[in-house]
Amino acid sequence: MGEIVLNRITKSFGDVSVIPPLDLTIADGEFVVFVGPSGCGKSTLLRLIAGLEDSSSGAIRIDGKDATALPPAQRGLAMVFQSYALYPHMTVRNNIAFPLKMARMDKAAIDRKVEAAAKVLNLTSYLDRRPGQLSGGQRQRVAIGRAIVREPTAFLFDEPLSNLDAALRVNMRLEISELHASLGTTMIYVTHDQVEAMTMADKIVVLNAGRIEQVGSPIELYNRPCNRFVAGFIGSPRMNIIEGAETGGQAHAIGIRPEHLALSTDSGHWAGTVSVSEHLGSDTFVYVQVDGVGTLVARAGGEFPVRHGDRVWLTPQPDRLHRFDAEGKAL
Amino acid sequence: MARAATNRRKLVLTLLAWTVGIAMFFPILWTALTSFKTEAEAIASPPSFLAFHWTLENYAEVQARSDYFLHFMNSVVISLGSTLAGLLVAVPAAWSMAFVPGRRTRDVLMWMLSTKMLPPVGVLIPIYLLFRDSGLLDSRIGLIIVLTLINLPIIVWMLFTYFREIPGEILEAARMDGAGLREEILFVLLPMAVPGIASTLLLNVILAWNEAFWTLNLSASQSAPLTAFIASYSSPEGLFYAKLSAASTMAVAPILILGWFSQKQLVRGLTFGAVK
Repeated sequence: MGEIVLNRITKSFGDVSVIPPLDLTIADGEFVVFVGPSGCGKSTLLRLIAGLEDSSSGAIRIDGKDATALPPAQRGLAMVFQSYALYPHMTVRNNIAFPLKMARMDKAAIDRKVEAAAKVLNLTSYLDRRPGQLSGGQRQRVAIGRAIVREPTAFLFDEPLSNLDAALRVNMRLEISELHASLGTTMIYVTHDQVEAMTMADKIVVLNAGRIEQVGSPIELYNRPCNRFVAGFIGSPRMNIIEGAETGGQAHAIGIRPEHLALSTDSGHWAGTVSVSEHLGSDTFVYVQVDGVGTLVARAGGEFPVRHGDRVWLTPQPDRLHRFDAEGKAL
Repeated sequence: MARAATNRRKLVLTLLAWTVGIAMFFPILWTALTSFKTEAEAIASPPSFLAFHWTLENYAEVQARSDYFLHFMNSVVISLGSTLAGLLVAVPAAWSMAFVPGRRTRDVLMWMLSTKMLPPVGVLIPIYLLFRDSGLLDSRIGLIIVLTLINLPIIVWMLFTYFREIPGEILEAARMDGAGLREEILFVLLPMAVPGIASTLLLNVILAWNEAFWTLNLSASQSAPLTAFIASYSSPEGLFYAKLSAASTMAVAPILILGWFSQKQLVRGLTFGAVK
């Protein structure tokens, strides 16, 4: 069982409070993603769970047991770091075997487990190499191998894909999702990339300045963001926010996602001029300078043939409008 | 034009470097040469550089008169012993300063270094009395203790500089993998720091080997290392240059050879972290 419960956990460095009191429950087997801008405290939160940082107050329960004061080695968690953090002086085999050696497992069992993990991760032919002789993706796989052999209560991932190139990132994203599906172990994944969050998570925790802004499934957050911060953070390109007269007086601001703005070359609710158009083939993103409103982004499926300077019209889907009050809360 | 200027600059610098190098090496060469002369030729004026009557009699006489091997072994035991004892203390100290620095870590490091600025003679009397009362005078253990303490700041500083270059995440990974503090240091930190530890060890052995102030003042006959062996040829017997030179050559030869073979390691160690 890999349930993790944070109860009124806080962290401050000196006088600076990084995490104000925070409660969170991560259910056994869940894939939870902590997402937020740089410096929002998501990595600190992960390190508190790992035990690499001591909490200033509050309690952490892992698997039903109080782990607040336990050192990282005794929490039964495995972590994959952004820099991979492989042991450069050990071969791949010894890197993967290290946690098992620390657990004083016997040699035959270690060999068996390392071979099995290497097979799953396609590392069999690299077992006798050192990390320095591997590519980024292979190193990441070794780091994952080192984590899975211990059969931990939960996996912690600290931005594991941010050092990889875009294509490899998509592959590894899939591999981690598949790993979660096959192991069924609790995973906590930290990223600043909302696409990773949306594609992988069962549950997303959006953090801002150490506070949880919203917790929910990706689609919940997409459909019903509880405030402007979440609305702006989830979804790409970001939601258009319109303030002033166009809100119709019912709200301080309204938001509409680019995919919920219909584009037309002859008529519509708002008229504007195309400033930039991005043609991806599958989609077209059009940045439109709307008179009296500002720049709005609209997404058209497939190819939408407009260019800089063209006149276009935008119409929002009324049932897809988000309304926010003066504090930014969703109405 | 520019290239000619660079070449001239290079030539000047090369000449300067060779001049400094030869100036520094000349006394050692001269000592070695003198050790093969007779006493009369050693003080002859003008001195002859190579055209003299080469002889090994000084070495034979030095060996006959004093026990070179005893002093050599004392030097080995004292320099290795103080280096290993120093590492034993300095590794955990440097670990904590490099990986869990506190608000005062910088100050502690500077304070440790400041002890090297104190003239040793300032604490000679108290240390001498302490040694006398605890029976450590003229013992290898006593010299190991005092040389460990003298060189500890340098060992801690060197290791600290090395450890700081090691990414903390790797140690954190070891902690996550179930390693305790002992395993983390033994299996992860030390193997990664082998080059740094090797050059620290070498430098410290050389410093301890050459240390003369404390070894001369705190030893008599039993524990006296090679520094005392050389010194015994200078004062009491008047000026026997050839024999003094033979003793000096025998004393510096081992460390010179060690230094020669490890110069690459040493240079790397001393300039580590200077350029990144």
